[in-house]
Amino acid sequence: MAEMLYQRDIYGKTLVELGKSNKDIVVLDADLSSSTRTGLFAKEFPERFFNFGVAEQNMMATAAGLASCGKTVFASTFAMFATGRAWDQVRNTVCYNNFNVKIVASHAGITVGPDGSSHQALEDIALMRVIPTMKIIVPCDGPQTRDAIMTAASTLGPFYIRLGRPKIPTIDNKGEFKLGKAQVLTKGNDVAIIACGIMVSAALEASENLLKQGIRATVINIHTIRPLDAQAILEVAGLTKGMIVCEEHTVIGGLASSIDEIVAQNCPTQVMRLGIKNRFGQSGEPADLLKEYNLTSQDIEKAALTIVSSRK
Amino acid sequence: MQFTDTQIKDLEAKAKQIRRLIIQMLAKAGSGHPGGSLSATDLITALYFAILRHDPKKPDWSQRDRFHMSKGHCCPLWYAVLAESGYFPIENLWSLRQLGSLLQGHADRRAIGVDVGSGSLGQGLSVALGMSLAARMDKKDYRVYVLLGDGEIQEGNIWEAAMAVSHYKCDNLCAILDYNGFQIDGKTKDIMNLEPLIAKWQAFGWHTIEIDGHNMKQILSAYEQAITIKGKSSIIIAHTIKGKGVSFMENVLDFHGRAPTKEEAERALKELE
Repeated sequence: MAEMLYQRDIYGKTLVELGKSNKDIVVLDADLSSSTRTGLFAKEFPERFFNFGVAEQNMMATAAGLASCGKTVFASTFAMFATGRAWDQVRNTVCYNNFNVKIVASHAGITVGPDGSSHQALEDIALMRVIPTMKIIVPCDGPQTRDAIMTAASTLGPFYIRLGRPKIPTIDNKGEFKLGKAQVLTKGNDVAIIACGIMVSAALEASENLLKQGIRATVINIHTIRPLDAQAILEVAGLTKGMIVCEEHTVIGGLASSIDEIVAQNCPTQVMRLGIKNRFGQSGEPADLLKEYNLTSQDIEKAALTIVSSRK
Repeated sequence: MQFTDTQIKDLEAKAKQIRRLIIQMLAKAGSGHPGGSLSATDLITALYFAILRHDPKKPDWSQRDRFHMSKGHCCPLWYAVLAESGYFPIENLWSLRQLGSLLQGHADRRAIGVDVGSGSLGQGLSVALGMSLAARMDKKDYRVYVLLGDGEIQEGNIWEAAMAVSHYKCDNLCAILDYNGFQIDGKTKDIMNLEPLIAKWQAFGWHTIEIDGHNMKQILSAYEQAITIKGKSSIIIAHTIKGKGVSFMENVLDFHGRAPTKEEAERALKELE
């Protein structure tokens, strides 16, 4: 049984670790420090932590001011508010100036659960992906969250790192984490399953079940949405009968769109998109919501069977 | 510090020179924002040539005082002051708003001396807050100045920042409000009234200093007073005239965002001789 971890816990601990070795690390939050776990850093380094209350726009523009004076700034809140509420500040003041601001947002996606639609960011990747200098990482589990944070801290420029709310299983044998480099978790020539975040473990589960039916899948963890590992995508696009892209995000503008853009131009193949289909979220338990929005391993399996049977 | 009459006269002459550069840049560019550049000219000239601790030869000097222009559309003023200070050659000013120019249409880091670009209104007070907190963490004694437009403070982000600056007791931060009373669509009092303005800032916990923004003596003493205020931030609320210095531009709404024609520029420069 895989270890279950909160990505947020790892984030908070990693911040403390960074804070010890780098005095220029500064952490900001907007009244959600207990949920995002930046509170761990606040406790350890109160003089380098600033809470801005419920004011995300101010937080993001202040982050830019701090970065202009040489600080490496981590700014956290829920994904909805980090990317939606403060988009102009992120676009014009953080990203246009190419500042060292790392936006680490928790509570992304449908698995926020009972809080419902207003708190379920389903379009945050899309909002961040259109900004030229922004790099985007969606870690697939707890340990990869640490990799993402460490990488962002040591890489110049703005980052958006997307974390979820619930505990999620740790994925073994992913190999080394490298920014912009996809991780191939299983290899097979029948179908490619490309996933990010919590959908990676569902993809692996689906591939195991498919194997029992004689279908071999390549499963790719595409933790870095920008810059996207186009080479890895095109390689499997050429090898397999079709691709399934899985994301806990709208299918418009996120990972699926990123892959469509690359494949359509270079190596047209069938791409099936498993994500939120032009709908808002709603209240419910995470597992029920994943079913309701067709984001389970069974949904991935079904899509794979469709591809394989149509391309015999 | 007491400023002598000669120093005051020199600053007034410098402000006139800055106004001339603004007119020439905008006429050459064919577009841009003269009104708010001219209304804040005396305030920013005094700041750069008498108050600010800076060294144009070392734009990255870590101990420099920071200045940020939140109302980025008035960058012709900022660029003129930077060039006149020696950050870059005066000739660069004639490339304003042209393709590939270091001098973009709104304040931009491509210009040497600009630490943070601006243009989308309402964010500069937050930027200044970040600079102020960085100084505190690094135990540096530099001060942070930020120029706000009056129409601009209709943005909600300004009041988020006003609350936070006060909460963090940033006494190394001084805001300057260019209260010329106009915004694109008309008079601020008709479009979205800002009054009672002093009471608002005081209610947010700020020390307010109200001055005539074209009186060099008052401007200098306001900056000096702000330095002495401890435990809270200061805002200089400067009553100004939009288009100040050019008779046919003063309080004329049209010149918020329209460059003078060649003929208008000639007339303006004659007035500024």
